[in-house]
Amino acid sequence: MLADKDRIFTNLYGFQEWSLKAAQARGDWDDTKALLARGQDAIIEEIKASGLRGRGGAGFPTGLKWSFMPKESRDGRPSFLVINADESEPGSCKDREIIRHDPHKLVEGALVAGYAMRARAAYIYIRGEYIREAETLQKAISEAYDAGLIGKNACGSGYDFDVFMHRGAGAYICGEETAMIESLEGKKGQPRLKPPFPAGAGLYGCPTTVNNVESIAVAPTILRRGASWFSSFGRENNKGTKLFQISGHVEKPCVVEESMSIPFEELIEKHCGGIRGGWDNLLAVIPGGSSVPLVPAAQIRNAPMDFDGLKELGSGLGTAAVIVMDKSTDIVRAISRLSYFYKHESCGQCTPCREGTGWMWRMMERLRTGDAAIEEIDMLQEVTKQVEGHTICALGDAAAWPIQGLIRHFRPELERRINEHNAKFAEAAE
Amino acid sequence: MPKVTVDGQEIEVPAGATVLQACELAGKEIPRFCYHERLSIAGNCRMCLVEVKPGPPKPQASCALPAADGQEIRTDSPMVKKAREGVMEFLLINHPLDCPICDQGGECDLQDQAVAYGRGGSRYHENKRAVTEKYMGPLIKTIMTRCIHCTRCVRFSEEIAGVDEIGALYRGEDMQITTYLEQAAAHELSANVIDLCPVGALTSRPYAFEARPWELKKTLSIDVSDAVGANITLHSKGREVMRALPRVNDDVNEEWLSDKGRYQVDGLTKRRLDRVWVRREGKLQPAEWTEAFGMIASSLEGDKASIAAVAGDLLDAETMFAAKALVNACGSNLTEARQTGMTYDVSNFAAVNFNSTFAGIETADAILIVGSNVRWEAALLNVRLRKAVKAGAKVYIIGPEWDPTYKATFLGSDLKLLNRIPKELGDVMKSAQRPAVILGAAALAKGALPAALKLVDKFGLVKDGWNGFNVLHISAARMASLMLGFTLPGGMGDIVAASPKVLLSLGADEMDYAPYAKSLKVYIGHHGDKGAHHADIILPGASFAEKDGTYVNAEGRVQFAEKAVFAPGDAREDWTILRALADSVGVSVGFDSFSELQAKMIAAVPALGEEGLADYGALPKADSGAKFEGELAGYPIKDFYLTNPIARASEVMQRCSDELLHGADVKEAAE
Repeated sequence: MLADKDRIFTNLYGFQEWSLKAAQARGDWDDTKALLARGQDAIIEEIKASGLRGRGGAGFPTGLKWSFMPKESRDGRPSFLVINADESEPGSCKDREIIRHDPHKLVEGALVAGYAMRARAAYIYIRGEYIREAETLQKAISEAYDAGLIGKNACGSGYDFDVFMHRGAGAYICGEETAMIESLEGKKGQPRLKPPFPAGAGLYGCPTTVNNVESIAVAPTILRRGASWFSSFGRENNKGTKLFQISGHVEKPCVVEESMSIPFEELIEKHCGGIRGGWDNLLAVIPGGSSVPLVPAAQIRNAPMDFDGLKELGSGLGTAAVIVMDKSTDIVRAISRLSYFYKHESCGQCTPCREGTGWMWRMMERLRTGDAAIEEIDMLQEVTKQVEGHTICALGDAAAWPIQGLIRHFRPELERRINEHNAKFAEAAE
Repeated sequence: MPKVTVDGQEIEVPAGATVLQACELAGKEIPRFCYHERLSIAGNCRMCLVEVKPGPPKPQASCALPAADGQEIRTDSPMVKKAREGVMEFLLINHPLDCPICDQGGECDLQDQAVAYGRGGSRYHENKRAVTEKYMGPLIKTIMTRCIHCTRCVRFSEEIAGVDEIGALYRGEDMQITTYLEQAAAHELSANVIDLCPVGALTSRPYAFEARPWELKKTLSIDVSDAVGANITLHSKGREVMRALPRVNDDVNEEWLSDKGRYQVDGLTKRRLDRVWVRREGKLQPAEWTEAFGMIASSLEGDKASIAAVAGDLLDAETMFAAKALVNACGSNLTEARQTGMTYDVSNFAAVNFNSTFAGIETADAILIVGSNVRWEAALLNVRLRKAVKAGAKVYIIGPEWDPTYKATFLGSDLKLLNRIPKELGDVMKSAQRPAVILGAAALAKGALPAALKLVDKFGLVKDGWNGFNVLHISAARMASLMLGFTLPGGMGDIVAASPKVLLSLGADEMDYAPYAKSLKVYIGHHGDKGAHHADIILPGASFAEKDGTYVNAEGRVQFAEKAVFAPGDAREDWTILRALADSVGVSVGFDSFSELQAKMIAAVPALGEEGLADYGALPKADSGAKFEGELAGYPIKDFYLTNPIARASEVMQRCSDELLHGADVKEAAE
């Protein structure tokens, strides 16, 4: 279990004030000037050495991502940092805790990361429904401006850096990095084609890096305590600490910072008071937010909670939003509900996702009641394959994976429902 | 030049090409819906998926992927076949199976590609989506349930037309393409979205349920609604022209057509002059050809030379040549085509030509427009100007304000301010690499041509490989008439002064007939318009669709149009009328057939025999004493949709005018 002294987010639960003064008492904004004085390349190297992988779901190495940004502007275009706080993935709730209880970690991280990638400004795109959180964040930004920590000559470093907060309007797709850029520019939130990648032409056509809130918020602490400290947690290639958000059928759902690669059982027993009704009552777990395939009880119990460990199980860490489902769950209905979510949130730009998500949801609804034929399970599987990998952004994949997970692990359940349903009607017809 | 391998065939592609273009160069067909050469890349239909190595192990959208050296592209692998089948299936699950009642049937991309790349059957058993009807004006009929969301129409109106009038509402499968407030699309090029739409979501409202594409005879023709000379195809069924569609010509109209050129064709069957009329006791009454010819001949008795001819705006070169031959044979030289009374000097054709060419003006970096509402006078040229502005050109306009759809500075409408060039304008024009001046009809009417020629030296309009001096005419017949010498030094004034006994009006509907009260006015034309109302004798002629003919557009491009249908009733091709008239008058014009006429015309003006740009030589020396005079009160076109007799007869054009320009209430036919 992660020792208290090794926690990055020391006010995750809001037991203390979020204000600048309290944050400084906890160690934030402590001689940030010295952090910046190390130089851009040194900061990026340190982050690279720490093994930090993006916390937004895809797990791309953060230091490497920063290093893609141009070292100098050849044509006068500024660079931008966009911070993705549009936390809309069902199950995810970590960014919210950071923003409402520890916003200065994020603002300081924005400065440090922005400085490292030579960005002119950071845009924090916050989910529209996070109203109180947006208020807190805006106040924190204002505090930092007033204290001279950001703005002109940020922290006395001689570097000018602005932080803007932008509120979304409640579209899940705007959490996709290029759709977020479109939305920031005032357009319809639809993902862009890649290439060009944002590091080449992003916000307003300028080099842009889009990072998750958590990836940015941990950066100052990593710099202060050193890459070797951070990389002392977790397995190879899955370093550091991570906010896990456990919801569903556990005794005490919570958001908790833990070291990466912690076995699932340990995570649940230590922090959540165990599975409701005991381990025998566990049905399945969605370990990384709604977009990743579910993992059945038998496989998840000893699995290490990290990118590679869950990938081996055919799932993924995603945002580490662990959704636990016990045997009282109607698993088909649960997945069908997720399908509805993706149908509702598809932007409608490209064909497979626009048409496929609706089709998949409708079919899931029929499978829920068993009003289908056995062959239709295979057809649904094929349809998910027709969507996966054929779309502009990853929403198509995210819509397909939960269904694929369901079919992979719960096909007997689907077949049972179909047989029962059809038998009922066969009797009636006689 | 990257080298790529397409299905095992190694080819070199131009730098900057996409994988889709590379495949096409290799002769592979790539199905597509959203991709269009002239629009930005959207990459949203996903129909053009191909397998590319190196790359992720999934199919890639070839339209958006740059071709890179060493790529191995496969368009025939099982992965590609499956991907195409999958996308096609998705497109079809919510597309109604109403091909039998869909106007796009037979020329539908979705239909064709479903046959070529689809699975053949549907596995979709849920309900199909239905979308509420939209209203897009009198030209565009919408059945949005058929929409496949390729967004070509959205990109066209944003990028080419320059008006944000079409866009998408909602998201996911509820996404709808609409004009937001269901207003009519009010733009001169709006109907091009009908051609762009790959399915039957946007179809032609006037042409709805009229014909199937395979029943139509296609004839190559030239649009006469303005001086751009857009290349069109006339689609006819029996004796009626059903529709006009643009042809691709990158030098002239790219692949667009103005709404007027496209939809005035229904005017070809309305208000037609289909028999001879003679005015007896102040009233026009039906008559025979012989009677009419006799009246003309007797009027000329003893003084054959007292004859004049005025040419209208829609005429082909052959008709004008025949008329000129007749008038000259009678011993007169009174021929004039500038029927509204303009008298600019035509001794040098380069001085009255659009020298930059339409394609060339795209490359201009500073443009001064003097007295032209380009959007109405040459809608397709305005598209080019918009492109130039997008590429960084600065535009200044002298004249009353209009909405150019791009950033332009209006300097005022007083021509005199060009006598002392405003500093900003002068600086921009002089520092430009390719400066251009466009002199419009309104400025010509104010006699601004000699003074405008002084700008050539002042701004350095002529450079190596660049001539930036342009005159923009608005009449399709203008350049041909000038080349044929169908002009008088004093313009219409010379004819008034000569007071001819017989005035031949060749479809001249914009002229003032008041000074010719004593003349016998003979109208040879095709529509019962202003000219016919004033005529003493009406001889029914053929419209542009009903005769072969040569046209020269404003940039001096000689183009040939073919006969699509026969003229109605007793109407004859104009040259035959003039030939017969020559016999009654007793003179010889020297040709007995159309080919003889053409040969004589080409002998007289060789440039008319060669399709393509005519060579007018260098610009004349400017008269240093010339000064700009007067104020531009307005532009010659008052109503874009009603500029010529065909358009004025067209029900569709009248409706457009009412609804789009005069804000009349939407009149939905109770179908």
